[in-house]
Amino acid sequence: MPDATQSVVSQITIVKPRSGWQIIDFKALRGYRDLFLFLVWRDIKVLYAQTIMGFAWAILQPLIQIAIFTIIFGQVAKVNTDGVPYLLFSTVAIIPWTYLSQTITQSSESLVKDQNMLGKIYFPRLIFPMTPVLAKLVDFGISILILLAVLLYYRVSPTWNLLFFPFLVLFMMALSAGVGLWLSAMAIRYRDVKHAMPFAIRMFVYSAPIVYSASSIPQQYRLLYSLNPLVGIIEGFRSCLLGTPMEWLYVIPGLLITLLIFVSGALYFQRMEKIFVDVI
Amino acid sequence: MNESENAIVVKDLSKCYRIGLKENIHDSMGGALFSFFKSPLQNYRKHRSLYTFNDLDSPDGENADDVLWALKDVSFEVKSGEVVGVIGRNGAGKSTLLKIISRITDPTGGYAEIRGRVSSLLEVGTGFHPELTGRENVFLNGTILGMTKKEVHRKFDEIVAFSGVEKFIDTPVKRYSSGMKVRLAFSVAAHLEPEILIIDEVLAVGDAEFQQKCLGKMQNVSESGRTVLFVSHNMGAINQLCSTAIMLDGGRIVAKGESSKIVEQYLAKIFNSSDNHDLKNAPVRSGDGRLQFTAAYLLNAAGRKTTMPIAGDPVDIVLEYESYHDLPRVKFLLTIFNQLGIAVTHCTVDCSGKRFDVGKGEGRVICRIPRLPLPLGQYKVSIVAADDMEQMDWVPTACVFDVEASHFFPHQFVPPMRYSTALVDHSWEIHTGKHI
Repeated sequence: MPDATQSVVSQITIVKPRSGWQIIDFKALRGYRDLFLFLVWRDIKVLYAQTIMGFAWAILQPLIQIAIFTIIFGQVAKVNTDGVPYLLFSTVAIIPWTYLSQTITQSSESLVKDQNMLGKIYFPRLIFPMTPVLAKLVDFGISILILLAVLLYYRVSPTWNLLFFPFLVLFMMALSAGVGLWLSAMAIRYRDVKHAMPFAIRMFVYSAPIVYSASSIPQQYRLLYSLNPLVGIIEGFRSCLLGTPMEWLYVIPGLLITLLIFVSGALYFQRMEKIFVDVI
Repeated sequence: MNESENAIVVKDLSKCYRIGLKENIHDSMGGALFSFFKSPLQNYRKHRSLYTFNDLDSPDGENADDVLWALKDVSFEVKSGEVVGVIGRNGAGKSTLLKIISRITDPTGGYAEIRGRVSSLLEVGTGFHPELTGRENVFLNGTILGMTKKEVHRKFDEIVAFSGVEKFIDTPVKRYSSGMKVRLAFSVAAHLEPEILIIDEVLAVGDAEFQQKCLGKMQNVSESGRTVLFVSHNMGAINQLCSTAIMLDGGRIVAKGESSKIVEQYLAKIFNSSDNHDLKNAPVRSGDGRLQFTAAYLLNAAGRKTTMPIAGDPVDIVLEYESYHDLPRVKFLLTIFNQLGIAVTHCTVDCSGKRFDVGKGEGRVICRIPRLPLPLGQYKVSIVAADDMEQMDWVPTACVFDVEASHFFPHQFVPPMRYSTALVDHSWEIHTGKHI
């Protein structure tokens, strides 16, 4: 049974001990495109299997959080939002935050969760932590509906800032991917990550201007504060959707840090890749 | 492609594992408390040491207590189109070898060069998700095994027909019986068309009928000019499918050559293996100790000690004891358990209506089994000595043995372990026509 699609020139693979730092082999990754897309599709398809609400969960989760934050921080604590209605203020922040927190959690668990597959078949291990980065975009897309509803309710008209939206989505994906690479590679060696994650995620909500406004941070700490990439992403989304001036002072440092996390994460992941199966 | 070209070249391949160091035990509250606070640091060092091998270069590093060479300096070549069997006892390094060649784990030393598209099949149904339908899983599993979406599409009908689950192809796999799941999974695997196929003992799935179908499919694959590396405990399958074989033991290649010769050599080796069976310091035992077992072991047909008896051959189970009194009417009994913990059979002197009068001193009793009726697998023997009043000695794990080959039936066929706990002599006949 000759296979028509089989290449005439057969590939040569050399298996030998790897050492030191490796850069990502994008050419090799391309061959696994079909598999990557299938795994993304599996994640999407399976996520809400055997639930009554189905994809409505993608709306319910952020919606409930928005409601709680609006009541506690908007009504009770009356947090200063520079004049923006609190509901609007928190919605534009919580939608990207939901994506970030869910993607990072899933990405960090990916290798441990699929350890059975890890030990039985080879494909580039990078695919595991990268899958949620794409798969979670579906939830993100659905939760945009909440955003649209709130924006319409407050009659916020779109501005040219909206053009930054795709850039901010990429920024958000790059950050989740970078953190996911680091954490998944660490989690397979040290299961401490699994126990620290829920706690860390809950803490990180307060490190970014999600419930409060970035302008309430004292001037002298602003640069330090902006090193947290979450700040740039959340403030970026706020400017982009509400039409306030884009705060590049927040965005640029966060972007640089994100690039650093992503590149170092990829290097660390590749360095650790060779021992994954042996330490499961 | 040039026929004589090597598809796989393996040179000095080694793989080293560190097995965990033993835990410290503290005898004081203070020590325990201190180590509780110290333990994160210790744990960190321990986890790190599991995959760092810097000290291996030191003079005595290679022989350190906690280092295990799963594979050591293995070299061989596989010509393009050759079907090679890999055999060896459990823990000989067969699976490690396959895992390295299929890039699942990195070697510690040496290299392997592989020319061509590889598919490895170390398990059937890798990546099967219970929530997805049969159809969806075929696509997912196919791409995981290295097919493109287009290829799966092209072979989809063939795959489903081979599996025989057409009716349920759009039902979530979690509603399948385990047999259906395995059949579907194997069908996907059977339709892979790589240049090099690496298979680990996956034929041992499904019912006998399906197994036969799989063997047939494998036969086709091996005749179609593909290069195959095949691990199995089923010597019949190795003989039938492979032209050459490699025998591994303790992580090293001990023999390679024509498969029928290597299989013969392997069986002979199993035949002569022996181990130490001292029971004087058995960790778990109970009884009043008037008589104590000192050793328990198996003797093969040639009268040599063995831990790997062959099904269908005569086996003697020998129990050596030391008695501290003159004891009248002693009964001895033994139970053989399989690896699932099921008692397969119970042999006692009462079955033959005998009791033994045991004099003070050492001695041995022998339980003779003329044709060992056990399917392939691991077993343990628990032994008891007692009189009508009291149990004198009971050793729950007196000896363990592996049945890794069978002469029980005239043909090489060995019934799968899933469907048998014991082998039964039988024959078949057929009556057709009107004279029934």
